[in-house]
Amino acid sequence: MADTPMVSLTIEGRAVRVPAGTSILEAAKQAGVLVPHYCYHPGLPIAGVCRMCLVEVEKAPKLVPSCATAVAEGNVVHVHSPKALEARKGVLEFLLINHPLDCPICDQAGECELQDYTFREGRAQGRLGPEPKRFNPAEDFGGDVLYVTNRCILCTRCVRFMEDVAQDPVLNVSERGDRAVIGKFEGRDLTHPWAGNVIDLCPVGALVSKDFLNKARAWELDRTASICPNCTQGCNTMLETRDNMVVRMKPRPNAEVNHFYLCDEGRADYRWMNRADRLEAPLVRHHGDRLVAADWEVALKAAAGHLNGKRVHAVVSPMLSTESLWMLSRLVKKSGGRGAFRVARGTEAPLAGVKDLALRAERAANVRAAELLGFTKTDRPLDGLQQGDVLVIAGQELEAADTPALARASAVIVIGTHLFAGAREAIVVFPATNVAEEEGTFVNLRGRVQRYLQARAAPGMARPVWWALADLLAFLGESASYFTAAEAFAAMAQARPEFAGMTYDSLGLAGRVISGAGEAMAGAAR
Amino acid sequence: MGYPHRSHPKETPVLSKHFGDPQARTLDGWKQRGGYRALEQALGMTPADIVNVVKDSGLRGRGGAGFPTGLKWSFMKPGDGKPHYLCVNADESEPGTFKDREIMRWTPHALVEGTALAAHAIGAETAYIYIRGEFTEPLRVMEAAVKEAYAAGILGAKAMGTPHRIDVHILRGAGAYICGEETALMNSIEGKRGNPRIKPPFPAAAGVFGMPTTINNVETLCAVPHILVNGAAWYKALSLSSPKSTGTKLFSACGTLARPGNYEVTLGFPFKDFLYDLCGGPLPGRRFKAVIPGGSSVPIQSMEEAESTLMDYEGFVAKGSMLGSGGVIVFDDSVCMVRMIARLARFYAHESCAQCTQCREGTAWTTRILERIERGQGTMQDLDVLLELSENMTGKTICVLSDSCAAPIVSGIAKFKKEFEAHITGKKCPVTAAAAAAAA
Amino acid sequence: MSAHEGTAEAYRPVFTGAAVTELSEILSRFPTKMAALLPALWIVQRERGWVSPDAMVEVAEQLGLTPAYVKGVVSFYTMYHTHPVGKHFIQVCTTSPCGACGAEKVVDALLQHTKCGELGATSPDGRFTVIEVECLGACGFATPILVDDDFIESVTPDKVPQLLSQYR
Repeated sequence: MADTPMVSLTIEGRAVRVPAGTSILEAAKQAGVLVPHYCYHPGLPIAGVCRMCLVEVEKAPKLVPSCATAVAEGNVVHVHSPKALEARKGVLEFLLINHPLDCPICDQAGECELQDYTFREGRAQGRLGPEPKRFNPAEDFGGDVLYVTNRCILCTRCVRFMEDVAQDPVLNVSERGDRAVIGKFEGRDLTHPWAGNVIDLCPVGALVSKDFLNKARAWELDRTASICPNCTQGCNTMLETRDNMVVRMKPRPNAEVNHFYLCDEGRADYRWMNRADRLEAPLVRHHGDRLVAADWEVALKAAAGHLNGKRVHAVVSPMLSTESLWMLSRLVKKSGGRGAFRVARGTEAPLAGVKDLALRAERAANVRAAELLGFTKTDRPLDGLQQGDVLVIAGQELEAADTPALARASAVIVIGTHLFAGAREAIVVFPATNVAEEEGTFVNLRGRVQRYLQARAAPGMARPVWWALADLLAFLGESASYFTAAEAFAAMAQARPEFAGMTYDSLGLAGRVISGAGEAMAGAAR
Repeated sequence: MGYPHRSHPKETPVLSKHFGDPQARTLDGWKQRGGYRALEQALGMTPADIVNVVKDSGLRGRGGAGFPTGLKWSFMKPGDGKPHYLCVNADESEPGTFKDREIMRWTPHALVEGTALAAHAIGAETAYIYIRGEFTEPLRVMEAAVKEAYAAGILGAKAMGTPHRIDVHILRGAGAYICGEETALMNSIEGKRGNPRIKPPFPAAAGVFGMPTTINNVETLCAVPHILVNGAAWYKALSLSSPKSTGTKLFSACGTLARPGNYEVTLGFPFKDFLYDLCGGPLPGRRFKAVIPGGSSVPIQSMEEAESTLMDYEGFVAKGSMLGSGGVIVFDDSVCMVRMIARLARFYAHESCAQCTQCREGTAWTTRILERIERGQGTMQDLDVLLELSENMTGKTICVLSDSCAAPIVSGIAKFKKEFEAHITGKKCPVTAAAAAAAA
Repeated sequence: MSAHEGTAEAYRPVFTGAAVTELSEILSRFPTKMAALLPALWIVQRERGWVSPDAMVEVAEQLGLTPAYVKGVVSFYTMYHTHPVGKHFIQVCTTSPCGACGAEKVVDALLQHTKCGELGATSPDGRFTVIEVECLGACGFATPILVDDDFIESVTPDKVPQLLSQYR
C-alpha cells in the first residue's frame, strides 16, 4: 500500500493513529469509542444532518460534526464532555417532541437507536406543552417497505441509499421544515430489487418490514451468522430465530462480498427453512413394498448393501454445503461414477453502487463448489445415468421430465429434507438438515469460502448430508470418521489443493478466497 | 438616497445616486452617468491586480456576513484548468432588507457591470444572477439590461472587444429564503432542493457543479466599479470611524417610522442620527421602542443601545447586535414585541430546509410556544424552555438559520421581559391594552 | 394570463413547439441537465398554471430525472403550485416588519373583497386565491402584495377594491 500520511490524535483520552482524511467518528471507532449518530453510515455519502455526532475538539470555536470532519494532527477530542452531552441531549429532545410514543407497538423496539441513546443520554421527561404532536398517516411504499411517517427522524439514510447505492432515486424528502417527510412518487412503488435495505438502514421504526410486522420482539430473537443460500453471490446474513423458527433474515456486513446489504428476494426467501413436513427419520423399503422408518444403522447398512459393487450416479443440489458435496464426490469417485446438478436461474439484479454485488442469475449458493468437486452443471442431470447405476439424489427434488430415466437405475437412494414425489421410488431415504439447521460452508462465485452456523435445531433424526455420507462411506470401507463439520472441512482441505491451509478458524466469519481463484475470477467476473 | 424620499443631505449617495431615475435603467443612460468605464478599465487589468485593489479598499460583503471581498476573490486559484463560476446572490429575503431590489430595478447596469467585472477578476466565464422568484420587476429589468449588454457586445464571447468571454444568465428562484445562504444558492442553481452544504469543502474549492465558485451579494458587486474608477483610497476615506469598515452601505429602514426607505450612509454613521434625522423619527404621537438593525436574524437592540451605536460592523457588535444585511426594522410603542417575535419565529419555521434536527424541530416548537404565550396561555417556565432551546439551536447546525431564529428570542426575552411577563401573568398584551385604554 | 388545467382531462405535454426551443436554450446555460429543473418548472407553471403530477413526470423524462426527485424539488419551493389555483393568485407579506405596519388588515380586506373566505381557498367565481407569504423584500413599502406577476407596493385596505377590479 502506498504511503498514506498518518495523523495522531487523542479521543476521550485514548491515543489513536489513523490515515489522513479519516473522519473523527471513524477514528473514534478505531479508538473503541462510539460517537452516537443517526444519519452517518459507512456505506452512504455523508450528510451531516442529524447533528447527533457533534463532539468537542479543543481549540475549535464550535462543536464539530465528527462524521463530516477529518482528523487533524494533535486534535484532542471529547465525546462525553458536558458540552457534547448537552448538545446530544438537545438533539434527542428535539427528535422526541414529535416522535410518537409507539414503543409498545413498534417493531424497532429493542433494536432502536433512538431508544438506546435516549435511555443513555436523553432527558427523563418531555417538555412539550399542550401543543399536539405532528401527525401524518403511514404510507405503504411498496415491496416489503412500510413507512410510518410519524416515527421518521429525517436522517435521509433511505433517500441516500436509493440515490447513491441503488442509483435509482425514487425516494425523496418532500416539503420543508417540520412538515418534511420522506416520500415516493404517487403510483410508483418501491420495486427496486434491493429497496428492502432501507428497512435495515432506518435507525428507528419509520421504515419497517411488512413481512416482519408484529411478528416478534427484537429481544426475543436469537441471531446466528449465516450465508444466504439463494444465489451464488453468497451474501453474509444473520438468521434470526424465535422458538426455533426462522423469522427474519438480515444482512451481515462483509466488505468483500455484500457490504451492508441483502437483496429483497433473498431476504424474503427463508420460510422454506421452517417447513414442517420434514423427513424426521431414515426410511427403508420394507420387503420391496413400502417405506418404513428405521434407525440410522439399519438404513446405512441397507444403502451400503445396494451400493456395493455398483456405479453411483449422483444428482446433487448446488445448495448443499461444500463438506456435503465433497463427501458425495468421494462416493461417486469411489464407485467410478458421475455426478451432476441443475441450478435454477433467474434475472440478475445488480446493486449498481457497489462493486461486484448482484442477485446472481444462478439461484443457489454453492454452484462453484459443486463444479470444483467434479459435478457437471446441466439442465438434464439424469442423462448420465447408465443402466444399472445406483441413483443417489441429494438435497434435490426431481422434475417430471426426469421420471423416465429412473427406470435405468438399479436402486434409488434419496437424502433430503422432505419426501418429494419421485422419492417414493427410493429404497432408502435419509433425512437431511437444511442450511439453517447445520454448520457448513459455501463457495461463492468469486471463490470465497464462507462459513454458516447452525441457527435452529434439526427436526427428529435429521443429520447434515456430510455426516450421512461419511457414515455411508465408512460402511463401504472408507476412512471417514468426522464428529464435526470443522473436521470434515479440515479433511477436505488436506485432500483438495484449492482449500489447502484453510480451517474453520482461519475462515472466521468473513471467509477466504480459494487459491488459484484470482485468475479464475478475472474470467468469471460477469 | 432615501428612495422613495428625496435624498437627505447627510447621505452619501454612491450606489443609490440614480434611484428613482428611469433614464438610468438603459444602457445609454447608464453610460452617460459614467457606467461601464470601470469594466473597460478592468478588462485591461490582470485579475490579480483587480483583486488587490478590492482588497486594499476594505470592501466587505454586503449580504450579511461581512466577509472581506478581495480576500474571498483571492481564494479563486487562477490557471487550475477548471471552469470558474460567479454566482450573484440576489435572493434578498431577509426580513427588513429591500436594498438589492432597488439597485436592480433602478440601476440594473450597475449590477451587470459589477458582475462582469467580478467574473473577470476571479477568472470566471459564466456568471449566474440568482434573483428570488417574487422579484418580478427586478427580473424583467435585469433581463432587459443583460439583453442590451449582449447586443452592445459588452457581454458575450468577446467582452467589450477583448478576448475575454463573459456570459451572464438570470436565474429565477422559486420561494425559499434559505436559498440566500451561499451553499444553498448553489444547490438551487444545480436543480436541487435548496439545502445548505457542509463546509469544507468551501465554494472556492468545490462550488457550483463541483467547480471553484465565488458568491457575492448584489450590493457588494455594485460597489466594485466605483472602487476601481475612484480608487481604493477614496473608498477607505468614506469611513467615519473604524478602518475595519470602509465605504458606504445601503441601510433599508422599515417598520413603524416616519420615512421608511433605503438610505446610503458611510459606515460609522451615528445610528441615532440615522433613526431620528434621516428616517424622520417615530410617527406622530409615538416613541421608538426597539430596533433590529441588520435584518431579523440579528439580536434586537433596545433604544439605549441603538442610540449609542455607530453604524459599522464592529459598532453594532459593541452594542449588542450585528450589522448583518443592514435591514433596519423599527418598532414603536404601539407594537407588541411578543407578537413580533412570535411572527419572526414563524418565519424561520416556514423557511427551515429540514436538514438539521435542531432547526427543523426547534424553529417550529419555539414558534408554538411563543404563539401560545402571545395568546395568554404561557407560563414562566416557557421562558426558561425558550432560552434553553435557543441555546441548543445556536452554533450546532449546518447553517445559521437556526441561530437566526434564536437571536430575536434570546434578545427579546432579555430586553423586553416585562412584555412577556404581562402576557403570561396578566394573560393579555400590555400594548393593546394600553391602546384600548387610550381610545376609551 | 395562464390557463388552468383540470385533472380529469388527458394530459397534454408542455414541452412541444416553442417550449422545447426554450428548454434547449436553458439547457445550454448549464453543464448538467438537472440544473434546468427550476427553469423548466417555471415554464410548466406559466403554461398550465400549476405543476401537476403528470407534468412532473414529463419534466423528469425531459431531464433524465425520476418523478420522485422532481417532486422533492417542487415541494421544497413554495412558489410552485401543486394544485390548481384561482385565475389570479394573490400573495400578501405578513412577516414582522409588514406585520407591524398593518399587513393583517390588508389580508382581511383582500379575503373580504375577493370573497375567498379563507386563506388558500379559491373564490366562488374562480377568480382569486389569496395566501400569506413570508418577507417579499419590500419592507419599506408595506404592505407589498403580488398578484400573479404584478408586484404592487404600499397596499392599504382602502386601496383593495380598486386594485382587485383590474383583475377580471
